[in-house]
Amino acid sequence: MTKRNLLLLALLLAVACVLPFIVSDYRTFQLTLVLVYATALLGLNILTGYNGQISLGHGAFYALGAYCAAILMDQAGAPYWATVPAAGAVCLVAGFLFGLPALRLEGLYLALATFALGVAMPQLLKYDHLAKWTGGVQGIVIPKPEAPFGLPLNADQWLYFFTLAVTIVMFVLAWNLLRGRIGRALVAIRDQHIAAEAMGINSAIYKSAAFGVSAMYTGVAGALSAIAIQYVAPDSFGIFVSIVFLVGIVVGGLASISGALYGALFIQFVPNIADEISKAAPWAIFGIFMIGFVYLMPTGVAGATRLLLAKRRKSP
Amino acid sequence: MDAFLFQVLAGLATGGIYASLALALVMIYQATHLVNFAQGEMAMFTTYIAWSLINAGMPYWPAFLLTVGFAFVLGVLIERIIIRPVEDAPVLAVVVVFIALLVILNSTAGWIYTYTIKSFPSPFPKEPLFGIRYMSAHEIGAICVTLVVLSLLYAFFRFTPLGLAMRAAAQNAQSSRLVGIRVGWMLALGWGLAAAVGAVAGMMVAPIVYLDPNMMGGILLYAFAAALLGGIDSPMGAVIGGFAVGVLENVLGAFVIGNELKLTVALVLIIGVLLVRPSGIFGKVHVTRV
Repeated sequence: MTKRNLLLLALLLAVACVLPFIVSDYRTFQLTLVLVYATALLGLNILTGYNGQISLGHGAFYALGAYCAAILMDQAGAPYWATVPAAGAVCLVAGFLFGLPALRLEGLYLALATFALGVAMPQLLKYDHLAKWTGGVQGIVIPKPEAPFGLPLNADQWLYFFTLAVTIVMFVLAWNLLRGRIGRALVAIRDQHIAAEAMGINSAIYKSAAFGVSAMYTGVAGALSAIAIQYVAPDSFGIFVSIVFLVGIVVGGLASISGALYGALFIQFVPNIADEISKAAPWAIFGIFMIGFVYLMPTGVAGATRLLLAKRRKSP
Repeated sequence: MDAFLFQVLAGLATGGIYASLALALVMIYQATHLVNFAQGEMAMFTTYIAWSLINAGMPYWPAFLLTVGFAFVLGVLIERIIIRPVEDAPVLAVVVVFIALLVILNSTAGWIYTYTIKSFPSPFPKEPLFGIRYMSAHEIGAICVTLVVLSLLYAFFRFTPLGLAMRAAAQNAQSSRLVGIRVGWMLALGWGLAAAVGAVAGMMVAPIVYLDPNMMGGILLYAFAAALLGGIDSPMGAVIGGFAVGVLENVLGAFVIGNELKLTVALVLIIGVLLVRPSGIFGKVHVTRV
């Protein structure tokens, strides 16, 4: 990392810390959701962007994480902060297990299988025999956490900082994971899996592990979202959540860590603006942006910024 | 036994609809090796067109034919304008475009027709046909319409020069080009035909599930399952798979797992087929060269 990048990051962090004190509580809540989405998108990007496995069902892992958090709080009385790593662990295992059969599926077929997972998830959550824990159609309501240690923050601000801390940890972990040997192996498998195997990379292990780690990120994001929204219900985790994530990584930029942040800002704020036109408008805009980005800007916002910066550096 | 027979027959009726949609999927897959995620939404959208026409006072069958024609044009246009540029792009780009198409059609339908559920008329009489008490007239009619569509398609591909050209283009684009077939247009025609078949499926299923922009979500999943079960590159397999999935869904839903987990049946079926026999029952096994 260059000195300039570090400086930029510090600046970004400073802005992130100051923001909740200058904007309204509702905006703070929205920013919390941006951080949640950024974590989820980072997870999907590890799988789809870096490893080239298409998932159209990450909403299912998001739901799993959210329900883990909610059930742990509702049934076991666990403190909210403890549910986040628990949800991550559950999703890590679930993702790894789903990743094992997914090994045999490539490209389109994997997209199909995960699409089916995404569509079927709300039904599974509504299932009668699980209703004892999941609350069936009604879902689960969670109490809002207050700031601990007598910190002079209101609940929204505290939630924001809690989410910010988790998000930073997750981003640093991802950065560390992806810049080294493992990250290169993932990219190698994406670009030329036969050559990668010939170089001694165990493609099966890496691919299912990527699935697990990706699901863990999304699960952590799900748990954070459940805590932030204080409510989980089956119908908020339909196939459209998975599609929103896909929009996020395409717009933000595939195989890019900063892209997750751009994508999160996009999926949080663009629908808000579009909503004023019509209820259906956000989706139409999502669709048009997806096609537009695939045609015109396949590397997303992150790739475009990189290109711009490189051009500016060349011509003084 | 009576209840069982009833479920099997009802399953055959919905299975016919899955078969049509699965066939549409297979047609596009054969020509382009792509799975069209927007197939269901295309069918939904054209069904809304039929609804508008019928509500404007047009009799059912002219509206039906007009809608099929419209669907054909829509399919051709989508292939020419939207799918063409990403033909040789990586799989992810294509999947994103399909999903975008799904989302756009869904929201456009919601925008124009609102999300309230509408009823869709059936062209068949209310009272059971020929005193068969196991199936409603609409179910029998839907099966018949499906079978007619299938035989028409079969005849088209088997006996007409255009059908032959389309099959050739799908099988070996390069050689077809050498003998003077316009492969690009054959693909567009394939898309048009698939959209038309989908429209028929949409109009047949709408009286059962009612018309709303999200009506095709579950049905598309069953169609996927059907196409995979039969073999994604085998039209005959898709049809048999469709009927099999319809019966399986109804029987399992009624007697084993209950109606709530019906979609999960499709999920398990899809993953199961992909794991155990990815080429499906009637499909060809593909071997890729390094």
